[in-house]
Formats: sequence, structure tokens, C-alpha cells
Amino acid sequence: MALRQCAIYGKGGIGKSTTTQNLVAALAESGKKVMIVGCDPKADSTRLILHSKAQNSVMELAAEAGSVEDLELEDVLSVGYGGIKCVESGGPEPGVGCAGRGVITAINFLEEEGAYDDELDFVFYDVLGDVVCGGFAMPIRENKAQEIYIVCSGEMMAMYAANNIAKGIVKYANSGSVRLAGLICNSRQTDREDELIEALARMLGTQMIHFIPRANSVQHAEIRRMTVIEYDPTNPQADEYRQLASKIVNNKKFVIPTPITMDELEALLMEFGIMEVEDTSIIGKKAAELAA
Amino acid sequence: MSALTREETEALIQEVLEVYPEKARKDREKHLAVNDQSIEQSKKCITSNRKSLPGVMTVRGCAYAGSKGVVWGPIKDMIHISHGPVGCGQYSRAGRRNYYVGTTGINTFGTMNFTSDFQEKDIVFGGDKKLAKLITEIELLFPLNKGISVQSECPIGLIGDDIEAVSKKAAKEIDKPVVPVRCEGFRGVSQSLGHHIANDAIRDWVLPRRDTQEFAGTPYDVAVIGDYNIGGDAWSSRILLEEMGLRVIAQWSGDGTIAEMEMTPNAKLNLIHCYRSMNYIARHMEEKYSIPWMEYNFFGPTKVAESLRAIAAHFDDKIKEGAERVIAKYQAMMDEIIAKYKPRLQGKRVMLYVGGLRPRHVIGAYEDLGMEVVGTGYEFGHNDDYDRTIKDMGNATLIYDDVTGFEFEEFVKRVKPDLIGSGIKEKYIFQKMGVPFRQMHSWDYSGPYHGYDGFAIFARDMDMTINNPCWGKMIAPWLKPAEAETLKAAA
Repeated sequence: MALRQCAIYGKGGIGKSTTTQNLVAALAESGKKVMIVGCDPKADSTRLILHSKAQNSVMELAAEAGSVEDLELEDVLSVGYGGIKCVESGGPEPGVGCAGRGVITAINFLEEEGAYDDELDFVFYDVLGDVVCGGFAMPIRENKAQEIYIVCSGEMMAMYAANNIAKGIVKYANSGSVRLAGLICNSRQTDREDELIEALARMLGTQMIHFIPRANSVQHAEIRRMTVIEYDPTNPQADEYRQLASKIVNNKKFVIPTPITMDELEALLMEFGIMEVEDTSIIGKKAAELAA
Repeated sequence: MSALTREETEALIQEVLEVYPEKARKDREKHLAVNDQSIEQSKKCITSNRKSLPGVMTVRGCAYAGSKGVVWGPIKDMIHISHGPVGCGQYSRAGRRNYYVGTTGINTFGTMNFTSDFQEKDIVFGGDKKLAKLITEIELLFPLNKGISVQSECPIGLIGDDIEAVSKKAAKEIDKPVVPVRCEGFRGVSQSLGHHIANDAIRDWVLPRRDTQEFAGTPYDVAVIGDYNIGGDAWSSRILLEEMGLRVIAQWSGDGTIAEMEMTPNAKLNLIHCYRSMNYIARHMEEKYSIPWMEYNFFGPTKVAESLRAIAAHFDDKIKEGAERVIAKYQAMMDEIIAKYKPRLQGKRVMLYVGGLRPRHVIGAYEDLGMEVVGTGYEFGHNDDYDRTIKDMGNATLIYDDVTGFEFEEFVKRVKPDLIGSGIKEKYIFQKMGVPFRQMHSWDYSGPYHGYDGFAIFARDMDMTINNPCWGKMIAPWLKPAEAETLKAAA
């Protein structure tokens, strides 16, 4: 099987890292060879696989060694649960430097050092929040991730972010082979959440590849720095991730997304009762004025 | 060749523009003009200070070049850090021939390169800590420095380094001025914005430092602003001012010091040579300290005398008499130079393409030698520069703004000047075309050209270039007409 490279995007705090690691654990359990590349300066994309707080990142080690050229692949690559290879790009603390450049440097390093060997079945890039600048688009540039999965929920801002990410994908889809492969709904237990995300997926030209229900077992595992798959393989939630993994293995629906306008998104939210029909008479009115 | 008529010059511009695609043609058309002395405002005939077109060859620099290379770099007792990757600092090192007095590496640092030499990790993790460390090390290794400036290269503006905070903290620690300058190269359309940014940094971080300090002033205190002492220009200017009785309390920035800059607000009059790069600070001092300022021109005896009188007009009779005395003193020397060189240069036609003040300021010096400037243009001028140029240039002469390599070559082919004065990028092209050329940014490793002393060198240089025997040997012996061979055969 040829190497498939997938990138996971989604609004900050939506559960990208947790979802990715559980998904990857499920893939590994089924015998797939997988690598995770964390593209987030927080470097928390591999902790559940490695049972560690935060892995030593490429940029951190490069800064210590002097430059990235001084590093060897084995310095930055750790192997965890199920033989999963883990790398964190790393980056600066908030408010300084350029995290985007850190992602670019780290991914170039991995390529040059031959981290993408023939034995791998999957590489997953776990990318911070929104595609805020060129650096965070690095995983979806030419010859890297061809499949993008967006983690979202039925909350308005999560859907708004998903639509924005779709816009970013369009840019690179037109010049390369990157495609949107589906929305992963990580439930926040909002009303008719599955229907809503399915509707959004249809509008974006894609699919809701799986609906992951909310379950405390994920948190229980996380406290122990483990995935549910490893912590409690018989838990029903583990099966949810197994289903997601098998759907991704068999996924054939790769599309150039059709992002929607703000008006269309609002209309969708109103249809599902998440947003009230806009009362334009109150715009710009202060509380005192409205009371009068 | 006789001069082109207005119609011919207009036709030439149209012909040159013809090769461009329509969009480029429309843009470039606005930057090319035929001079008309009756026009009062240059905006009626030319557009300037706009982004260069992609695809054309332009010789413009960047904001970093304008700040580090032009304004700050010559301040000799400060250390100017090129903050970012190594190239900007290294390739601009000591390139501008800003002469200075001092012991390099001990109490002056003009020809040295100090850089934070950014690596990947500095981009990713930020360069603040490195900058702070660099300043500490500089202070340790070069304790006689009088201050530090931080010249931002492009990445600084992208990764958001807080160089202001680092500078403030470091200034306290070393008890010397540390000046952050946000002159990232991508800002603006040319080096011009870099001059402005550099001026603003001087305004905010340097000038107020001695606002409350006592100063033993005289009524004759002036500051020379916008003389970069190329090949010693400021020295040959300064002596004239001093000979007429003025006291030069500051020289910006060629052979300049930070102490002089700080004391400039005590001047009675600011004298601006390069208007383009330093008018901003002159205007600021006029506003804040009520110091009047005036432009002057020290190229060629006519303009020098005019300027000396105009400067003297701001002072009492003692200075006015001083100006006349100075003019008279050098008259014989000037007459001798003109008598020697004018017959050799009379009627020679010059095309210029330079920066700053020179496209207009050197016209008078050429005219003193009987020469005519038939085309001129600014690399990074604004319309106030062209306003000042229209009257100095003859009618129907060519004016070109941010001229492209192609346009300049085509103009030269048609106008056939006897001399071109431009930069290093143009020099070898035109010399290979067989046109005498002077590098008018750095005076072609010569100078000074300012003042009376400078004119002697200027006249000699123009003569030795134009009348160099090499121009008669442009055809290789084997490409010469066969007559010599036939003669030999017949014998």
C-alpha cells in the first residue's frame, strides 16, 4: 500500500490531538504502520502515544544543537504504542518568533532525513488551529498531505473555522493534489449535531466521515496519558475510533471543497435553530437605548 | 550631435515605450517626461515614488539600505547592528566610502559589520535574546562605542521581535543610547522610506536626549545635514563654512558622531545638502525647536558662491563679509581650473541617473565646465525633487524616474551623450557600449566633489574620463577596416 499522508485541521480546542491519537492508535492496532507529525508549538500531539508530557521537538533540539543540520532523525523520532512513530515540530513560546517557520523547517528536515520510509502506511499531521499563515499550510503543500480531515462540532465557531479551512484547501487544491477528505464530528452534544454537520459537509461538497459521541472514557484515558484504544480496548468509545479508522482506510471521497459564504453559513445555523433570525433593528444600539 | 527638439524627445519616449505590454507602458509612461521649464509643479508631468514594475530592471534599494546604508551607517562612533541574517550587513559593509577620522575597531566602527547572523532557530524562537546578548558582547569587546543602533532586516518585521523593549533595557544596562530602527526591507517602494524611518528614529531616540542640557552656544552655530562625506565631501564643505565665520556644531551623518546629533537642536540654522534623505528631520527641528533650515548646493563654483551668499543672508554683516572673502579667496583657483578644463569639455553632453540630490545638484558644476546635462532622473526621488529639477534642466531635455535598464540604454543610444554619470550597475554596460562613464554615487573611488577643493577634483575626473584615449580604441585591431592590410599587400 502506498503511503497516505493526511492532515487534521480544526478550530483550536476542538479535540484534534485527542481524536488524531485515538484514530492513529486504532490504525496501529489493526496492523497499520503510522507516523504522527505534530505541527503545533505546544507539542502535545503525541503525548497519549508516548505516555509523556511533551516530546522533545525538532526545533527545540535544533536550537540546543545549534542548527537543524546538526540533528539526526533518531534524535527527534520516538516510537510509542503500537509502533507508532512520533515527531513534534515544536516552536516558540506564545508571542515570540515564528511558529509557522518552525513547521516548515521541521517538515523539510523529516523529508531530507528520510523519515517517510516505504514501510509507512499513514502519516498524520496534527496542525494547530486555523491555517493562519504559510507555515501552517506547509503540510498541505505539494507532495505532502493529500487528504485533509477537519475536526468540528455543532458549535457555530467550529463550523465557521471548518469553512475557513476549506477556503485554505481550495487554494492549494487548485495548484496541487490536496483534497478535502471529510469532516470528523467530535460531538459537543448540541441539538441535531449529526444532521447539522452532515448538512454542512454537503454544502462543502464533502462527507461527515464519522460522528464521535462524547464520552468520559476519553478523559479517563487522557489523564493516564493514554488513548482509549490502549487504556480500555473493550470500551464502546474505542470502537468509535476503530470505525473512524476503518472509514478512513476505505475512504475514496476526496474533493476540492466548495466553501460557503457567511450568509449561507448563517442561514444554515438559523435553519437548525442555533442562530436566531437576525433582528437588524438592534444593531449598534446600546443597552440603555434598547430599554428606552 | 545637436540637441533633440521637444517633438523628437517626445517621439523617442513613445518609441521606447512601444516594446512594453500595454499595462507596463501605461505605468512607465507616467515616469518619463520632456522637461518644460514653464511647468511649476512636477506632478503635472511626472509620477514618482511608486512601486517598480515586476520584470523591469531597476536599481533601487530597500528601506534597510536607506536607513543602515545611508543615514545611520556613517555615524562613526556608534555600532550599527544589522539585525537578521548575515547578508544585508555583509554586502552593504563599507560600500559607500563615507570617510571618517578615527581608529576603526577602537573608537570608530564605520567599515565594520556587526550582525546578529540569524539562523533558523532565531526565526522560529525569536531573536530578542540574541540581540540582548549581542549588545552585551559589543559593550565588552568595544567599550569605546558611544551607542548602538538596531537596523531591522526583513524577518524582524515578520516574526514580531520586540526590539524596542530590548533596546530600552539594554540602554539602561550599558548607560548609552540604543536605538531600534524598524527599517525592514520590504517596507515602502525604495530606499526612500528607509531614510524617513531613520529620521524618525533620530527624532524619537536621539534628539531629545540633551533637551535639558546647557549648551555654550554662539550666534553662528550651524549644522550640516545630509552630507555623507563621500570621499571627504563634508570636509571640503565644512572648511568653507568655518572660513566664513560660522561654527559647525554637527555634521550629519558623514564623519558624524552621536554627540553632534544630540546637540544639533542648539543650531541657529540647519543646512541641508541631501534634501531627499534628511528633510524630515530638518522639518521636525523647525517645528519643535524653531530652527530654520535651508537647502544649499556645494557642487561647482557658481552654486557654491550662490549658496555661501544665501547662507550668509541668514546672519549678520560679519558672516556676509566672510562669505565674500571666501568666494574671493578661491576665485583665482576656480578661474584657473575652468581655464584649464573648459576648453577640453566645452559643449560635452551629459546624462545622469543617480539618487538623492545629485540628479539636480551636479548640473551647475557641469555648466561651470561648459557642459550640458541633457537627461536626468532619480532612483527614488519624490515629486518635490522633480519640482526642484525642472528649473535646473534645459527645455526639451529628458527626465526619467526609476528608469529601467532598457529605457536608459535606449535613451543613451539615441541621445548619444558624451558622458554618463550613474551607478555601479550601469557603469560597465555603458563603458562596453563605448560611452565614457563616471560612477556618481561613490565618485568612482575619487572625490571629494563638494566645495571649491572638490570642484578641482571633479573637473579633473570628468576630463580624464571623457578625453581618455581608450575611447578611440573601441574597435579590435582585427575588426578594423582592411585598408592597413591592403597597404601592406601592395608594398
